[in-house]
Amino acid sequence: MTMGNARRSSATTIRRDFSAFEPVIGLEVHAQLLTRSKMFCGCDARYADAPPNTHVCAICSGMPGSLPAINRHAVEEAIGAALALHCNVALFTKFDRKNYPYPDIPKGYQISQYDAPLGAGGWLDYRLNGVTERCGMVRVHLEEDTGKSIHTSIDGRSVSLVDYNRSGIALLEIVSEPELQSPEAAREYFSTLRQILMYLGVCDGKMQEGSLRADVNVSLREPGGPFGTKVEIKNLNSFRSVEHALRYEIERQRGVLASGGVLEQETRGWSERTEETVSQRTKEYAHDYRYFPEPDLPPLTFSIEVLDGIRAHLPELPLARAQRLEADYGLGAEVADVITLEQALADVYEDAVKSAPVASPRVVANWVTGDFLRLLNDRALAARQSPIHGSKIGELVSLVEDGTISGASAKRVLEQMIESGESPILIVERENLAQISDKAALEQLADQVLAENADLVRTYRSGKTKVFQALVGKAMAASNQRANPVSLRAIMERKLAQPL
Amino acid sequence: MELNYLSVSKAHALLLSRQISAVELTQAALARIDDIDPLLNAFLLTTADLALCQAEEADCAIARGEGGPLTGIPMALKDILSTTGVETTCGSRILSGYVPAYNAFVVDRLHEAGAVLLGKTNMDEFAMGSSTENSAFGPVRNPWNVEKVPGGSSGGSAAAVAAGEALFALGTDTGGSIRQPAALTGTVGLKPTYGRVSRFGVVAFASSLDQVGPITRSVTDAALVLNAIAGRDPRDSTSVDLPVPDYTLHVNEGVRGMKLGVPVEYFAEGMDPNLERVVRSAIDVYRGLGAEIRDISLPHSPFALSTYYIISPAEAMANLARYDGVRYGLSVPGEDIWEMYARTREEGFGREVKRRILLGAYALSAGYYDAYYVKAQKVRTLVRADFEGAFSEVDAVLAPTTPSTAFSLGEKTSDPLQMYLSDMYTVPVNIAGNCALSMPVGFSDDLPVGLQVVGKAFDEATILRVARALEAELGICELHPALEAA
Repeated sequence: MTMGNARRSSATTIRRDFSAFEPVIGLEVHAQLLTRSKMFCGCDARYADAPPNTHVCAICSGMPGSLPAINRHAVEEAIGAALALHCNVALFTKFDRKNYPYPDIPKGYQISQYDAPLGAGGWLDYRLNGVTERCGMVRVHLEEDTGKSIHTSIDGRSVSLVDYNRSGIALLEIVSEPELQSPEAAREYFSTLRQILMYLGVCDGKMQEGSLRADVNVSLREPGGPFGTKVEIKNLNSFRSVEHALRYEIERQRGVLASGGVLEQETRGWSERTEETVSQRTKEYAHDYRYFPEPDLPPLTFSIEVLDGIRAHLPELPLARAQRLEADYGLGAEVADVITLEQALADVYEDAVKSAPVASPRVVANWVTGDFLRLLNDRALAARQSPIHGSKIGELVSLVEDGTISGASAKRVLEQMIESGESPILIVERENLAQISDKAALEQLADQVLAENADLVRTYRSGKTKVFQALVGKAMAASNQRANPVSLRAIMERKLAQPL
Repeated sequence: MELNYLSVSKAHALLLSRQISAVELTQAALARIDDIDPLLNAFLLTTADLALCQAEEADCAIARGEGGPLTGIPMALKDILSTTGVETTCGSRILSGYVPAYNAFVVDRLHEAGAVLLGKTNMDEFAMGSSTENSAFGPVRNPWNVEKVPGGSSGGSAAAVAAGEALFALGTDTGGSIRQPAALTGTVGLKPTYGRVSRFGVVAFASSLDQVGPITRSVTDAALVLNAIAGRDPRDSTSVDLPVPDYTLHVNEGVRGMKLGVPVEYFAEGMDPNLERVVRSAIDVYRGLGAEIRDISLPHSPFALSTYYIISPAEAMANLARYDGVRYGLSVPGEDIWEMYARTREEGFGREVKRRILLGAYALSAGYYDAYYVKAQKVRTLVRADFEGAFSEVDAVLAPTTPSTAFSLGEKTSDPLQMYLSDMYTVPVNIAGNCALSMPVGFSDDLPVGLQVVGKAFDEATILRVARALEAELGICELHPALEAA
């Protein structure tokens, strides 16, 4: 295990309690915007499974004489995201060149934003252990993604290759204030941010494909004291790696300080394999990016009306929606969080509630978060891919609530609905699943089951009444789960209590 | 009749009346190139087969009655303009062998207009220079005196037009690279207003200053070419969506009643007195033509050159970062990527280009940015404001294009500052963004003298009209250098 570039400090006269030092964490998230074309050229931005260098043109491969042109759609998406994060959206913004040489930066500079970002300030609310926390935003800006360097070997010779399919993809950089206090908070912040971007429809949130990735900054300080030396961990592409890398790094820094060492400001990488952070670049080798305004692109100006127009079209965001569901439908916070995890799931829920006026919204919530979600998960479907509309679930719950079908039947109906996309009524009628509540029919069913299971009846009457459940089960099965269980139980109890 | 010395407008008339064919015209130009270019070195590459092909097509178009003003007109393009399938080197070793997969906007426009491509012209490497001696492929010689430079960086284009190798050419002008060589070769060179012509496909030197324009042997020809290349291009976000007038429409209407400003700062000490005499007598001609001549002041113009040597290297530093040997052009292997970069750029770039990359990197470095780049941008605003103020009083500004006539080959190569000073009167216009042209107005010691006419932003029509009035009076464009094949 590497303990970084710690050097022994000569001035450790005061003993301090390093275990009480608290972490200070900030996140820099890069989100690929869901646009049809790239940020500055017309290339198709959907390159996920394409062979290398097939989504490239003169512009995104940096050919001499090519010029960028701004993708309006990306700007609008970025403004929407900035507004959703409560940023001040600049009425004047511009692009800058960030100069650094690397083969996956085909122009030798990246078009980014430096001193006039699209959005500044703002905040994001997230829930940690049921408590709503707020993290401030530093800035939100637009830039272009880089290409991808691939280090491999061909015929035993090690080579470096570069794929420009990703080069020029519209990228949103979202920088938080260093206000997150634990790896768990960082994880929840990141996951809520992802959820918001997906609600906005501006990012697909596919972290394994690199659509969303995070760099984290972390330092330790005495409670209430000044910030310590910060370390940046680059390119984390899962919630788990954010949390684990931070845990590791916090302990590493604690260890360095506790042993009297000095932390160096540096960039570290996270190894998924060894589960540790590894030094990549120290401050003395930090780049001087030589930012200057991008002369090929005129500054962008927006009117208040344009911003208001975009703001007016923002969807309700996850936390607000969860809180509304709690208030309107009496849901618990945990259930509301599950329902709002995906925008489409919340839509399903609310559509179901609307079409089930007889049912309690909490009962509907049980169906949606229970059987419905399980059936989707079994089929590896996201809520937005659901084959049935929420109103159908509402209809189904109504059928249970008004006694038309039993809960057990309803589970079978729901499964069929998901298979075929059919209405619950249709399935209930075709499969003859309507619940039997007719007294005479239930009497007859009970008599039949008791007669066929004389030994169980004897057992019951001998005092072992717990076999009652088995008898009811047999009766339910005999009715093809259609018998009204409440009525049936009453009838069977009465009959068993009667002398032979 | 010397076909290769026809003006564009005259050649057009002869083509339409079928007195000459585009093929004959093209053959005449190609013959002239064969004859004289081994001496001048104006062309880096000729496209004879392509040219004859295009000429045949032009003849067909004319026969169908579809001939426009440039149909069948043989032209040369500065090698900074991307041409599909035709090597484009920008005068640099680092781009030798680079064949673009696309045409610059202006090249497409000229093809659509039916112009015939003769070849690509020599230039200072990446347009950095004022003598065309910074070409990696040898210097160009001035057709009026082959011991002299033709100016630069569009020296190949200017020499080709002056020597009758092409009927017109395109150049680019970042700090005077069209006007200065035009002045030194006795041709007409027009730098349009920044944003008037698309830069798409023009290999970038300094993006906020670069502009493409024509080099011709007459003012009307410059108007005709500008008609073809001006206009909005969605691929260049700095190109402007303003209507493009027919620049020939009012070109002959004279200057009677116009107010023409003469800035005191543009007749600085150290100016060649003969050249000053020629320029002043040209200005006097305007009085006779009914224009009012006013002394004006552009007080910040003397600071333009130092501003230029902050802004242009800064932009160039970034623009030239892509030449790394990874995708195209020269690539020199190394132990690792950094060594490959270093070797490729060490071998690929010439001294002046390296000097400017270093200047730019320095000016933008942490801690120096405010003192250099930010300050330069502030001065730029002042230079621009000077011109705006002037144009509230006058219709156009008259000034010498250069402080001296063509200098000798090798005279300034060892002293970059002396070389930079030859652009002192052209650079302020790039800094301000306005349009300007240079036209021949006489000779000093048998070398051409250029007069610069500067106009309001997007008012090319006025400077063409001002220039045409003097041209009609002087008849200079009928004179050609007495040049013999080596």
